[in-house]
Amino acid sequence: MNKATKAILVDPLHVKNPITLQVLGICSALAVTTKVETSLVMSAALTFVLVLSNFSISVLRNKIPGSVRIITQLSIIASLVIVADQILQAYFYDVSKELTVFVGLIITNCIVMGRAEAFAMANPPGKSALDGLSNAIGYSWILIVVGLFRELLGSGEILGRTVFATTAEGGWYVPNGLMVLSPSAFFIIGMIIWVQRTLTPDMNEEA
Amino acid sequence: MAPLRKLLDKIAPLFEEGGKYAKLYPLYEAADSFLFTPGKRAQGAVHVRDGMDIKRLMVTVVIALLPCTIWAMVNTGWQQMAADSAHSVAFAAGLKASWQTALGLGALAFLPVYAVTIAVGGLFEAIFATVRKHEINEGFLVTSMLFPLILPPDMPLWMVGVGIAFGVVIGKEVFGGTGMNVLNPALTGRIFLFFAYPSYMSGSVWRILPEGGAVDGVTGATALGELVGHGDVAQLGYSWSDYFWGLVPGSMGETSAFCCLLGAAFLIFTKVGSWRIMTSCVLGLTAMTLLMNALSAGGSTEAIQGFLAMGPEWHLVLGGFAFGTVFMATDPVSAAQTDRGRWIYGFLIGALTPIVRVINPAYPEGVMLAIIFMNVFAPTIDYYVVKANIRRREARLGV
Repeated sequence: MNKATKAILVDPLHVKNPITLQVLGICSALAVTTKVETSLVMSAALTFVLVLSNFSISVLRNKIPGSVRIITQLSIIASLVIVADQILQAYFYDVSKELTVFVGLIITNCIVMGRAEAFAMANPPGKSALDGLSNAIGYSWILIVVGLFRELLGSGEILGRTVFATTAEGGWYVPNGLMVLSPSAFFIIGMIIWVQRTLTPDMNEEA
Repeated sequence: MAPLRKLLDKIAPLFEEGGKYAKLYPLYEAADSFLFTPGKRAQGAVHVRDGMDIKRLMVTVVIALLPCTIWAMVNTGWQQMAADSAHSVAFAAGLKASWQTALGLGALAFLPVYAVTIAVGGLFEAIFATVRKHEINEGFLVTSMLFPLILPPDMPLWMVGVGIAFGVVIGKEVFGGTGMNVLNPALTGRIFLFFAYPSYMSGSVWRILPEGGAVDGVTGATALGELVGHGDVAQLGYSWSDYFWGLVPGSMGETSAFCCLLGAAFLIFTKVGSWRIMTSCVLGLTAMTLLMNALSAGGSTEAIQGFLAMGPEWHLVLGGFAFGTVFMATDPVSAAQTDRGRWIYGFLIGALTPIVRVINPAYPEGVMLAIIFMNVFAPTIDYYVVKANIRRREARLGV
């Protein structure tokens, strides 16, 4: 693997993470992370859309006229999102109900548009798909970590299985109500950013 | 004091550069400067206006808090006696005769909370000071004093610890420590507990009972928690003067408006607290309450109408408004810094308080949310005040 490919693959996980460095896709990161399950499904949906949209846009990149490129990209992304949404509704109806509009809102997710504009329009399909995949993983791991903390601290469970027995069920753990509210994702993402920037001081902006 | 000084001097080399515990220097420094006046002197030309430093500032606030703290213990004990049949004789004898019993019982409730606050909060302060190599400063003395005073007496101690840890770390240290915090750390800790464990903070105070108490977990709803239900001050069971003097259930230190007034007088006299903020808070609250009174017929239920029609004199003494205005809103770091900004900042705190109290029944205490909200806006207010001043002076000069 050469250096450029490695950068495409590794950077979005940490130093160019779409959520914690570029601060994109925050809306869904707050809204769907109350549980690990919804985080996982949302991550899967975004991975599907991002890889395929990057790939298809890259295939068409030389045919898309510059003046209408945004609308072209959008129609590709929208078609993929509808496919993802329909699949979820068909096979994971309960989760899809919990995710409400947020699968549909992947259309407006800045990560998808951002990668299409910034990467897929200028790079061959293979690389673009890879870039989509690594950005989706960068997004997913943050979502899953946030979901883990929120579900564990907010209801004492992980993936619906009891880890801390709550007082309501006769256990010892008093559920933390803040973790169920969306703002808690801000605190957790903020702390992830704090840890990342402490580990990698290069990520800090120049003062 | 001399032996203590000698001891500190003797162990000093251990903590100074090259010493065995050089990493723990902030701890040594903190102990030293809490106990003695720092021996450091300014080098070179300075413009000294006053001997006011952060140490004196913070100690002044702690002194201003003393009436509230003592009253916190007396009243907590008193409420406990009211709930507990074992103390019914002492209770019937009245506060005058049995205030020592009340103080003792209250101290048993207050001191553990205070000790946990100091221990957990101090630990995090020390960790950050050691890692970041800055000094632990006296700001924490105030935070650790404020925090127990705004908690209900029956708060589980582990929650107290979690709350102060959140307050110190997220409210202060992530922004760079004392002087850099956007929010008031003590209030941040309370807000965290309020949202995390709402059933412990929802406007009802469970009077703690010692072992063997006849009744178990008597709930004394605080006035604001109760008013959401029926909106009628006549049904509260306490008179206006009870609320003014503070012989009512509530978070420990905030029940007495009178003790807060004593603190306010001291803070204003020593020029540590801003009289502008305190005055404008009261003005804002009065103005908004009068507006609500005028519109009270529009309430959808009788309870809301009654609550809307409650006069400003009640809002001033109920809940934590007096305490928040005097000790929280005037926090020199998180409040607005310009004089004109302080008027706006205080007025908006005052105006928001009854809105949250009356119109949002889920949040019985409005002043806490109002202060935190305005903390966030304080820099913006200052920015526009400074901008307006620049524009005015430009206009005067005809630039």
